[in-house]
Amino acid sequence: MHIVVCMKQVPDSAQIRVHPVTNTIMRQGVPTIINPYDLFALEEALKVRDYYGGEVTVLTMGPPMAEEALRKALTYGADRAILLTDRHFAGSDTLATSFALSQAISKIGNSFGTPDIVFTGKQTIDGDTAQVGPGIAKRLNLVQLTYIAKITSIDLGARTITVERRSEGGTHVLNSALPCLITMLESTTAIRRGSLDDALRAARSQIVKWNAAEAGIEDITKCGLRGSPTVVKRVFAPTPRAQKASQIDTTEKAERDVADELVVSIFAHQPALRHELSSTGSA
Amino acid sequence: MGTRKCKAPPPTLGRAGTKKELPEHFRDYRHVWVFMELERGQVHPVSFELLGEGRRLADQLGVQLAGVVLGPPGDSTMHAVAEAFAYDADLVYLVEKSLLTDYRNEPFTKALTDLVLTYKPEILLLGATTLGRDLAGSVATTLLTGLTADCTGLDVDADGSLAATRPTFGGSLLCTIYTLNCRPQMATVRPRVMRMPERSTKPIGRVIRHDLAMCEQEIVTKVVGFLSDGQSENANLAYADVVVAGGLGLGAAENLELLKNLARTIGGDYGCSRPLVQKGWMPVDRQIGQTGKTIRPKLYIAAGISGAVQHRVGVEGADLIVAINTDPNAPIFDFANIGVVADAVSFLPALTDVFIRRLAPRNRMRLVN
Repeated sequence: MHIVVCMKQVPDSAQIRVHPVTNTIMRQGVPTIINPYDLFALEEALKVRDYYGGEVTVLTMGPPMAEEALRKALTYGADRAILLTDRHFAGSDTLATSFALSQAISKIGNSFGTPDIVFTGKQTIDGDTAQVGPGIAKRLNLVQLTYIAKITSIDLGARTITVERRSEGGTHVLNSALPCLITMLESTTAIRRGSLDDALRAARSQIVKWNAAEAGIEDITKCGLRGSPTVVKRVFAPTPRAQKASQIDTTEKAERDVADELVVSIFAHQPALRHELSSTGSA
Repeated sequence: MGTRKCKAPPPTLGRAGTKKELPEHFRDYRHVWVFMELERGQVHPVSFELLGEGRRLADQLGVQLAGVVLGPPGDSTMHAVAEAFAYDADLVYLVEKSLLTDYRNEPFTKALTDLVLTYKPEILLLGATTLGRDLAGSVATTLLTGLTADCTGLDVDADGSLAATRPTFGGSLLCTIYTLNCRPQMATVRPRVMRMPERSTKPIGRVIRHDLAMCEQEIVTKVVGFLSDGQSENANLAYADVVVAGGLGLGAAENLELLKNLARTIGGDYGCSRPLVQKGWMPVDRQIGQTGKTIRPKLYIAAGISGAVQHRVGVEGADLIVAINTDPNAPIFDFANIGVVADAVSFLPALTDVFIRRLAPRNRMRLVN
C-alpha cells in the first residue's frame, strides 16, 4: 500500500520568547523541529507499512530549509520525501495550504501510486488549527477520520479500515473505507529510532523539490495570500495582569502556618468558596 | 494587506468605513448562526457559551441569532431546540434524520453546508471540540470560506466584519483575523473560553425544518461502538469549579497522589501541565493549556507549574489562581492572584491538612459515617 504523511516544520514553541519592549517574536536562534504531533502520524504510518507492506512518502510544504525535517523523516524510515516549496505559497492560510497539499498529493498519486491512506498529525503546535487535515480530505474526496487513537485493522482486499476515534467523553469505534485521511492523536508510542541503513540512505537521498507548477498547480490564485480568505489584521501582546500575585510570606514559618494563611487568603478573596468547598468536600 | 483595500465602499447596508468590497453574491448573507453540538443525547455546554457570544454579535449587527440543530428524530433533538431558545436564539434551523444519530463527518457536513447555502448566514460559530473541529474544517473547505480556529475574542468591526482574535505562536501573542470577500465568516471557540450566559425561560419560537437528501447507503463510515471513559476517568476538567494541577515541580510520578488527595479533599478535579503528559505521568485528557483544556474554575491551584504562556492561556479565565512554586521568579506569579514560594511536594500535604481542618465540621461527620 502507499501511504502519504503530511508534516510541518515548526519553531520549537517551548523556546519562543517575546521581546519585552517591542512585543515582537524573537525568532533568532529559535530551533525548528518536526511538529511533534506529526511524528505520531509518521510512526503509525511506518507501523502500517511494516505490517501490510508498501511505501511511505512524506510531504511537507515550506521554505527550502524544511528539507531538514524531511531528511529527518527519512532517517526514521520513510521511503520518499517531497518538499513543496514556492514563494507563491507564502502567506497561505489553512484553506490555501490544504489546496496546495492536496494538489501535491494528487501528483504524488500519479507519479508513485495512488495513496491508500493520507496521515497528518492532529494539529500543529504553531497554528493549532487542526483544519488542514479535514481540508485535504474534502478536496481529495477521502473519507475523513480525525482524532484517531488507534487503527484496529485494515483489510486491503475489502478496502476497509477499523479505527478508534476520540470524542468528548469517550472513544468511537468506526468501520470505514480506504482511501481515507487520518489525523493521528498523540500516543505513548514515541517515534522509533531509525536504523543505521535508514540514516545512511537519508544522508544520500535527494529530497524531491516541487514548485507550484511541478506539483501540478495551474491556478496560482488559489495559493498563498491570494488564495487565503482569512487575513491577519493585527498581532499584539496579551495585556499583562495589572498586579502580580500577592505573596504569602514564608520566612521562618512552619509550612502548616503558611498553608493556614493561604487558606485564609483564599477565603478572603472568594468568600463563597468557604461554603462551596465544604459542601462538596467529602465527595 | 494594502492590496486588498477597496476605495469605493458600497453604500448599501449602511456599513461605514468599509475597507473591502464583498462580492455581490455574498451581500445577502445575514444573521449569526451557532451550531448546537448534540452528542449521545446531550447538548455540549460550549453551544450555550457560543449562543452568548452570538447574541452579542447579532445585537451589534442588528440581525438575528439562530441555533442550528442536527440530530435524529426524538426527544433529545427537541430538547436541543428548546435549549437554543432558552439561551436566547431567535430561531432554530433543524434537520431531523435518523442517520444523524451519531456524529459522522459526511452527513453532518452535507446537512450544515446545505443549510448555509440555502439560508445564508454571515457568521457561523462552532465549538472547538473534536466534533466541531472535524465538521468546521470540512464545511469551510466545501464552501471555500475562511475559518478561524480557537478564538478567544469575537467582535464586530465598524464595517460589520467579524474580527476574530486568537492566540498565535503558542499563546505568546494574539492576532486578529478577518475573513475577506467570503461568507459565512466561520470561527470555532474552545469550551470554557467564553462565559456561560444566563439561561432564560424563553419558549420555543420559530423552527425552520430542512431536509437532508442523503441515505445511509451513501455514507461510508459506520459507528460500530462507543467506549465511554466512565465516571472515574471521565475528566470533565473543563467544567470543574475547583481544579488543582501539577507540573514538573512535583518531581516524581508518585507525588501525583499528593495532588489527587488535595483535589479529593476540596471536591475538585485535577490536571497537569504539558510536560507531565509528555513524561507519560498523566493522560492527555488532563492536560491544561494551549494544546490541552481551557478551564474556568472558581479556584485554581497550580503546584510546581512554572506558568509558561502556553499554560497561562488555558487558565486565565479562573476566578482565583493560587500558585505554589519554589522559584520566586517563575512566570506563574505574574498572573496568579496568590503566590506561595514553597516546594509543592512538602506543601501540598500541609495544605490538604489545613483544608480538612477548616472545612465545615458536617463534612467530617459525613466522613465518619
